[in-house]
Amino acid sequence: MLRYLVRRVVSLLATLLVASLIVFVVIEVVPGDPASYMLGMNAQPDTVAALRAELGLDQSKPARYISWLTGMLQGDFGQSYTYKTPVADMVQDRLWISLPLSLYALALSVFIAFPAGILAASRRGGVSDTAVMGFTQLGIAVPNFWFALLLVLLFAVKLGWFSAGGFAGWESGVFQAMKSLTLPAIALALPQAAILTRVMRSALLDVLGEDFMRTARAKGLSARQALLRHALRNAMIPVLTIIGLQFSFLIAGAIIIENVFFLPGLGRLIFQSIAQRDLIVVESVVMLLVFAVVMVTFLVDLAYAWVDPRLRHAHR
Amino acid sequence: MKLQTVLPGALLVLLVLAGALLSYVWTPFEVTTLDIRNKLDTPGATHWLGTDHLGRDILSMLMVGARTSIAVALVAVGIGMGVGVPLGLLAAAQRQSWVDELIMRGNDLVFAFPALLIAIMITAVFGPGAVNAIIAIGIFNIPVFARLTRGATLSLWTREFVLAARVAGKGALRISVEHLLPNITNLLIVQGTIQFSLGILAEAGLSYVGLGAQPPIPSWGRMLADSQTLITLAPHLALFPGLAIVITVLGLNLLGDGLRDWLDPRLRRER
Repeated sequence: MLRYLVRRVVSLLATLLVASLIVFVVIEVVPGDPASYMLGMNAQPDTVAALRAELGLDQSKPARYISWLTGMLQGDFGQSYTYKTPVADMVQDRLWISLPLSLYALALSVFIAFPAGILAASRRGGVSDTAVMGFTQLGIAVPNFWFALLLVLLFAVKLGWFSAGGFAGWESGVFQAMKSLTLPAIALALPQAAILTRVMRSALLDVLGEDFMRTARAKGLSARQALLRHALRNAMIPVLTIIGLQFSFLIAGAIIIENVFFLPGLGRLIFQSIAQRDLIVVESVVMLLVFAVVMVTFLVDLAYAWVDPRLRHAHR
Repeated sequence: MKLQTVLPGALLVLLVLAGALLSYVWTPFEVTTLDIRNKLDTPGATHWLGTDHLGRDILSMLMVGARTSIAVALVAVGIGMGVGVPLGLLAAAQRQSWVDELIMRGNDLVFAFPALLIAIMITAVFGPGAVNAIIAIGIFNIPVFARLTRGATLSLWTREFVLAARVAGKGALRISVEHLLPNITNLLIVQGTIQFSLGILAEAGLSYVGLGAQPPIPSWGRMLADSQTLITLAPHLALFPGLAIVITVLGLNLLGDGLRDWLDPRLRRER
C-alpha cells in the first residue's frame, strides 16, 4: 500500500504542476495588457508602467510563474487587478456558496439515487424498474440549466415558494441560506442522480448473481434482507467511485447553475473576471477548481485501492 | 437487437437532423428578420411555436440552431476520435513503455480539466465563439477515446490473429490499422454516439453562459439564456429550445444504448 501511495502522490504532484503550467501559459497568451485595460485608453505611459510594476507584470514570465506558484502554495493567490483586494479573500467568500451548493446537490443526488437504484434492481424487469429507468433516461437528457429555469417558473413564479434567484447570505440564518440554495441544488442534482441511479442498479444486479448471495438466501434470508445486508455493501465500490467522479461534473455544473440563479459563487466570479480581464482571478479560480478535481480523483483512487487490494498491485 | 430503444432513438435523431437539413433550403421565416410588432407571440397559426422578444420565429430559430448544435458536437467528436484513437492505438502498441505512460498521464491531465474550464480558458484568451466551443469539447473528448481504444486493443494484442499478422511480418502500425481498428469500430461507434449527445449538452451549456456561438447565429443555449429574463411574460420562449435539446439528447442516448446492445452479443444475452 505504501509503494502505491508514494507512486500516486508523485503522480498527483506532477499532474498539479503540469496543470498549473498549462493554466499559466494559456492565460498568459492573452493579448492586451491588464494594466492598460485597467487605466483606460487615455492613460499616460509612465502611469501604465508604474501599475505594471505594482502588479508584478514587468517581471519575466518564468519569474511570474514561479511567484504565482509559490504564492498559491502559501495561500496567496495575488491581488485582483480590478478590485485591488487579495484574490484569496474573494475566492474564500465565493467558496462559501459554491461548496455548500455542490455538497447539497451531491447529498440530494445520493438521497434520490440510492432508493431508486435499489427499487429498480430489486424489481428487475418490473413496472417500477421500467419507470425508474425511464426517468433516468430523461434525467440524463435534460440540461440542468433548463431544468433550473423550469423550477424557477414553477416554484418561484407560479407558486412563490422560493425566490427566483440571489443568495440570502449565511448571516440571515442557515435556513434562509439553504432555502436560496435549494432550487439550484435540485437542478444540479438531477442529472447526477439519474446517472447514479443507473450505476447503483447495475452494480446491485452484478452482485445479485454472486455465489454469496445464493448462500445468503440459502441460510434463510429473504430477498430483501439479502439485498440490504449483503448486496448493498458489495455494490458500494463502483457507486462510491462514480460519486467521486461526479464531483468534477458538479463543479462544472455549479458554474452554470450559479448563473441561472444569480448566486455570487465561484462561477459568477469567473465570468465577471473574464469580462473585466481580471486574469489573475481567472487563473487562480481555474487552478483551484482543477486542484479540487484532481484531489477528489486521488482520494477516490486511494479509497478504491484500500477497499480492493488487487488494484494496489495492478499496473494501473 | 433492441428495437424498442433503437427505433424511437433513431426517429428522434432523424427528426432533429431533418429539421437541421431542411433549414438550409427552407425555414417558415427568415431567422434574421426582426418583426417587433409581433414580438412575444404565443404559439399559433402563423408562428407555430411563437416569436421571441425581437419578433423572430422560434421554429425557424430552432431549425437553424439545430445546425449549430449538431455541427459543434459532431466536429468535437471528430477531434476526440481523430486524436484520441491514434493515441490509444499507439499506447497499446507500445504498452508498458514510456510512450504508453506519457500518453496515459497526459490523459489524466486532460481529465483534470472539465470541458467548461477548458472553454473558459480558451474564451479568456480568444474570446467566445462556436469554434472555441468545438475546441473545448473536442479536447475533452480526446482522453475518452484514447482510454477506450487503449483498453480495448490491449487484450487484442495477445490474440492469435495478431500473432499471425506478426508472423506474416506486419509491423505494429499495420497491425493496429488493419487488424485492431476494425475490431473496435463497434465500440467507437457506440462511444461516438454517447459523446455526441454529451457534446450537444455541453454546447448548449456553453452558449447559455455566452461562451458558444455568438448572435446573430441562433443556438439553443443562447435562446434559453435570452428567455430567462422574459420567463414570466413568455414561458414558451424557455420551453421549446429546452425540449429541442432533450429530444436530441434522448434520441442519441436511446440510439447509443440500442446500438450497444445490438453490437455486443454478450449484452444482448444479459438483458
